[in-house]
Amino acid sequence: MPAVAETIETVQSAQEGGYKFGFETKIEMEFAPKGLNEDIVRFISAKKGEPEWLLEWRLKAYAMWLKMEEPDWAAVSYPKFDYQDAYYYAAPKNRVAPKSLDEVDPELLRTYEKLGIPLREQERLQGIAVDAVFDSVSVATSYKERLGKEGIIFCSISEAVHTHPELVKQYLGSVVPQGDNYFACLNSAVFTDGSFVYIPKGVRCPMELSTYFRINAQNTGQFERTLIIAEAGSHVSYLEGCTAPQRDENQMHAAVVELVAMDDATIKYSTVQNWYPGDAEGKGGIYNFVTKRGACRGARSKISWTQVETGSAITWKYPSCILQGDDSVGEFYSVAITNNRQQADTGTKMWHIGKNTRSTIVSKGISAGHGQNTYRGLVKISPKATGARNFTQCDSLLIGDQCGAHTVPYIENRCATAKVEHEATTSRIAEDQLFYCRARGLNQEEAVGLIVNGFCREVLKELPMEFAVEAQKLLAISLEGSVG
Amino acid sequence: MLKIENLTAEIDGKQILKGITLEVPAGEVHAIMGPNGSGKSTLSYVLSGREGYEITGGSVTFNGIDLLAMEPEERAAAGVFLAFQYPVELPGVGNANFLRTALNAIRRARGEAEVDAMQFLKLSRAKIKALQMSEDMLKRNVNVGFSGGEKKRNEVLQMALLEPKLAILDETDSGLDIDALKIVADGVNAMRGPAFSALVITHYQRLLDHITPDRVHVLMGGRIVKTGGPELALELEAEGYAKVAA
Repeated sequence: MPAVAETIETVQSAQEGGYKFGFETKIEMEFAPKGLNEDIVRFISAKKGEPEWLLEWRLKAYAMWLKMEEPDWAAVSYPKFDYQDAYYYAAPKNRVAPKSLDEVDPELLRTYEKLGIPLREQERLQGIAVDAVFDSVSVATSYKERLGKEGIIFCSISEAVHTHPELVKQYLGSVVPQGDNYFACLNSAVFTDGSFVYIPKGVRCPMELSTYFRINAQNTGQFERTLIIAEAGSHVSYLEGCTAPQRDENQMHAAVVELVAMDDATIKYSTVQNWYPGDAEGKGGIYNFVTKRGACRGARSKISWTQVETGSAITWKYPSCILQGDDSVGEFYSVAITNNRQQADTGTKMWHIGKNTRSTIVSKGISAGHGQNTYRGLVKISPKATGARNFTQCDSLLIGDQCGAHTVPYIENRCATAKVEHEATTSRIAEDQLFYCRARGLNQEEAVGLIVNGFCREVLKELPMEFAVEAQKLLAISLEGSVG
Repeated sequence: MLKIENLTAEIDGKQILKGITLEVPAGEVHAIMGPNGSGKSTLSYVLSGREGYEITGGSVTFNGIDLLAMEPEERAAAGVFLAFQYPVELPGVGNANFLRTALNAIRRARGEAEVDAMQFLKLSRAKIKALQMSEDMLKRNVNVGFSGGEKKRNEVLQMALLEPKLAILDETDSGLDIDALKIVADGVNAMRGPAFSALVITHYQRLLDHITPDRVHVLMGGRIVKTGGPELALELEAEGYAKVAA
């Protein structure tokens, strides 16, 4: 078979075997009754023993959500999700919040080991602090003591509600308000857990912080909420990874991530998203509707988003930066792969408000099979943002002839001294590139992997080392399906 | 080592190779000369396994194995190397990474241990020095922004690292100035030995001033029309293809 045809075939045949994280953990779970109503919101809040103000906050969001309509402007099509046919709370049963890893259910620890996230080893060897979220609840947070010495708070958001209510109350919803959008609003009503990070003034977090999200239970939505606050002069690098079992029905994931950076603070947020993408015919897979936004409140603050999106049936995600502080910097580096029937509509918003604010957007979209990949980005420059600058680069790579790549850049510039640049390219993996690699001894898959990784290099180099290696492997697996 | 018998091949239904018979014994360097459109590049692609060429008849064996039944990467692992007439650019792929990936793919296929980054650096530096090239070459992306001469030198560097048994040089001399030509020729000459054969495909005689072939074949209209010693190349240069082949 000719080489290119073979690649296309290989890529198209990426079937269920290609997803390595599709197992289910057999563990006793406790569910809220199916469906969504005010009582469910109360149930979740009560389960978590939340203070009254938070219940009120949730109920307000729920009331708003009822009046909202699901947005349809994204270039994705999918059967309507039945919000009454899902569970909004699922937690491992008989659970008392573990004080250390020793108290965590061994079955859960084994799950994370299978996922390549051995919590203990991670704690001992790699110097990465991990918060693991299993369905609705955080099951383990490692390295707490060490971080505590620096005054850093890294725990589940449920725990933070009890231990640091003043911080949660001050910042929750301050970047993504309850009524921001349909999915964020739903999240505000029913969020179950997520991570909370607080870096005190002048502290450089001594290790990477990491959260690993896992949807396990059937018909369950995962609505996690992450809040990261970096006080003046602090620095933190945060990693997020996610997987889910293979299931025939679609599961909803609607997370909200809020970042706040004060003067001279830097937050680096990296995601490797590998939710189950559905099978080759598009059956099953995660609906990933995520709102991520960072506020550069302080002068010279910096927020940098790096994402590698390989999974999910639908990805709807626009990690954004509000550049309020003068001289603040926003960055967005993205690789999004769509294979088989996957659809991704992803990009960013850079909102320049402060003077001399700068933003950089580098987006790499790879489409294979019947995948549809859209970059959607907004660069908005307010009248006062004198000297603001943006540079945007969108590159698309097509593999095969049945996929699509789309670029939708919006620019709203209300400032005469601002400078906005946009570059876009679309290319294919050329037959001569493949042949050149093969003539040097690389097989078809190695050749595709090498070329794709080369295409994504500018983004991958932004990832922390150990994540970059994982991401490179994931890219190869996502594209080849049968390989790996 | 390489035995081609009555090979015929076509592209898009058009017959290009019309029955080529040729044998390159181990340790010999053979030149194939011919005018434009005679089938020189087709022959090199057919030997290295590029898609799009249909073999309609004949056989090619490499050390007794049916070469035509193998995938391009299997041929590379078996020791066949094609130096491209137009080396391909791979944006974002570092040359060192590419070369090490290629070397390890071939070593793996041969059942040899892979080389790690440090070993590779040592090995590649030694080769670069021997070829009088700049180490800068390793840091750049594969052929991206390389001049014509640099691309060809990169091909020779790859050949030196991968140590093939049979090198096919497809008009490697085209577009080269005299200094680059010498570097390419020195690279090939350095590999000459009882276990190395080469098929030097060229339009002009001038590369053969630096790489003296054991045999020269004249390819015209998809057939080998004449075979001789190194003097045949000079004859062609002086008299032209039409007259010599007549």
